[in-house]
Amino acid sequence: MTNQSGSERAGAVGQKSESFFNAFFRVTELDLRTTAMLTALIAIWVALYFLTDGLFLSPRNLTNLAVQGAVVGIMATGMVLVIVARHIDLSVGSLVGFTGMFVAWLHVDFFPSILPGILPLDSDLGWILAVIMTLLMGVVIGLWHGFWVAYRGVPAFVVTLGGLLGFRAMAWVVSDGRTISPLNDHFELIGGGANGSIGEFWSWIVGIVAVAIIILITARTRKRRRKYGIATKPLVVEIIMIAVYSAVIFGFVMIMNSYMRPRSDIPRGIPVPVLILIATVIIMTFISQRTKFGRYVYAMGGNPEATELAGINVKRTTTGIFVIMGVLASVAGIVTAARLQSAGNLMGFMQELFVIAAAVIGGTALAGGVGTIFGAILGAAVVFSIINGMVLMQTTSAQQQIALGLVLIFAVWFDVAYTKRKR
Amino acid sequence: MSDTASNGQTPLVEMIDMHKRFGGVHAVEGVTIDLYPGEVLGILGHNGAGKTVLTKILSGAHRADEGEIKINGKKVDLHNPRDAQNLGIETIYQTLALADNLDAPANLFLGREIMTGFGTMDDDAMENESRKVIQRLNPNFKNIKDPMRTMSGGQRQSVAIARAVYFNAKILIMDEPTAALGPQETAMVSELIEQLKKEGIGIILISHDLHDVFDLSDRVSVMKNGKLVGTRYTRDVTKDDVLGMIILGKLPGETTPEDGKALH
Ligand SMILES: Nc1ncnc2c1ncn2[C@@H]1O[C@H](COP(=O)(O)OP(=O)(O)OP(=O)(O)O)[C@@H](O)[C@H]1O
Ligand SMILES: [Mg+2]
Repeated sequence: MTNQSGSERAGAVGQKSESFFNAFFRVTELDLRTTAMLTALIAIWVALYFLTDGLFLSPRNLTNLAVQGAVVGIMATGMVLVIVARHIDLSVGSLVGFTGMFVAWLHVDFFPSILPGILPLDSDLGWILAVIMTLLMGVVIGLWHGFWVAYRGVPAFVVTLGGLLGFRAMAWVVSDGRTISPLNDHFELIGGGANGSIGEFWSWIVGIVAVAIIILITARTRKRRRKYGIATKPLVVEIIMIAVYSAVIFGFVMIMNSYMRPRSDIPRGIPVPVLILIATVIIMTFISQRTKFGRYVYAMGGNPEATELAGINVKRTTTGIFVIMGVLASVAGIVTAARLQSAGNLMGFMQELFVIAAAVIGGTALAGGVGTIFGAILGAAVVFSIINGMVLMQTTSAQQQIALGLVLIFAVWFDVAYTKRKR
Repeated sequence: MSDTASNGQTPLVEMIDMHKRFGGVHAVEGVTIDLYPGEVLGILGHNGAGKTVLTKILSGAHRADEGEIKINGKKVDLHNPRDAQNLGIETIYQTLALADNLDAPANLFLGREIMTGFGTMDDDAMENESRKVIQRLNPNFKNIKDPMRTMSGGQRQSVAIARAVYFNAKILIMDEPTAALGPQETAMVSELIEQLKKEGIGIILISHDLHDVFDLSDRVSVMKNGKLVGTRYTRDVTKDDVLGMIILGKLPGETTPEDGKALH
């Protein structure tokens, strides 16, 4: 793990006697902020478990929670990079509306009308082509934002505020204000409906592969650090950490496998949107921690001038960030349309607020330079746990939004206080 | 200029008749300097004299409005810092130019990361290299994996110096390199400069502290209000002569007795 998050390892090397907490943080390489987030999330879950008479932690509800949160989680990983680089993207909610409408319009209206023989609604090629073109649309939208922000110097707040208004309107233009439905049956599987899960067997495979990858990475890291004589963690600690991660992963798979398909006892397994979220998190973590591009994003957030003086093409990097955000918003739009099994004008409405809230609650500093992908996922989990739990408690959506607002303020206050103490 | 270090040798750097304006401010106005291999050129002048702007043109950070830059006698066009780096020009910026949220190795290798065979960053290799080079400059500096924000002024300066030295510069620009350093680290930097000189590296050393520069430089160039007052061999002038150039903007010999009184 690099120190890119700006989170310090609480235990300084070379101290003679250290407290249990310092030792814990040093050995696990977890930082205080992430640990606090995890603790808060677990506390929220326990509280909601009791408040809903156990309903909250039922496999059915946890599966729903994961599917509801997936779309925001997917976009939150991109929002982290945007905010870390001292920008903002207010357009993502409208982009979900536009791209969701676009993918539906392409395979329901457009292809069948121009090529009725080749790409009718029920052809797989049609929706696959529509998905690819929608992802490319995400690239184009990102280039558009990047052009104005990086090459024309218009603040991202303004450019994407324009996007917030404009793309919502473009969704309306694409469909003449209609709701497009029905969609292709196979396309709808992306949304994780009754059949949109990968089943028991493949869920276990995913879990096993994940654990194998963790073991592999741990081993490789140890070997590399040895080579340079950099201190490695005690082997026992590594094994315990792997055991904990494995327990979490297999626990997750078991929960997903104990929710059955309707009127049957066939386990559903991991829903497709959740699988997409997992893949997104892995890819985005890799980009942010292991690639030059990711390093430059954090450097820009820390000191844009220094980044430029280091010979880095700041404009291109900025454009890259918005392209990634555009593609992730397209993925979110595709999943949303598939989940709703129709494309209407309210897809993604106000979702930019949830996405930004997830990133910020997850420790991304609005001043830039600091934030992790994993933190944003924890943030999204907090947001959707609260919404979901409050729905189970039969509160109104007004009450839910008030609660979320308070959580947001509290989370940022925690961050401010924590950063101050660290200085 | 009457003074050059030439003995038929091609200068490493020639900056000829450089101009740079910022709106109404003429930050650099018709300045010509040169630098020879193995030489230390001190640039002196008041705050705002234009020292940083002049050298930032050579770092590729500013584009000159007018003027010509030659490296080893060949005219070059520096569009950005990368161009300068590729020509072996390294800079220790006055502001240090460090990303505060990153650790020392990340800053040291920023823009020039060591990669693994898979095209990913090799953080361990960078940490290892960083330790070696920083150790040489500042043996007490151990916590290089902490974010820069938590480091002392001297440690930050050590990282900035290490970065400029690591990449085998042929031309090294040092803009106030010892401003935040203690006496021991300053001595270390002086030693470093002597050593780099022996390796044939040309060094431009900027300071507004006369004494710093006087001991290390072979020649000094003095700037005032964006213009070059003059360039002299350090061995040919006294500190008072140079002080006169800085404060009055006049060459030794041009001063009147009244000027002399004004100085003391
Ligand atoms: N980016 C900029 N934009 C506008 N004006 C600038 C810029 N950089 C420098 N200047 C102006 O150019 C002039 C020369 O500045 P410069 O930084 O080169 O001075 P200096 O000799 O390095 O001074 P110091 O000893 O304080 O570092 C000053 O008047 C300064 O205000
Ligand atoms: Mg200066």
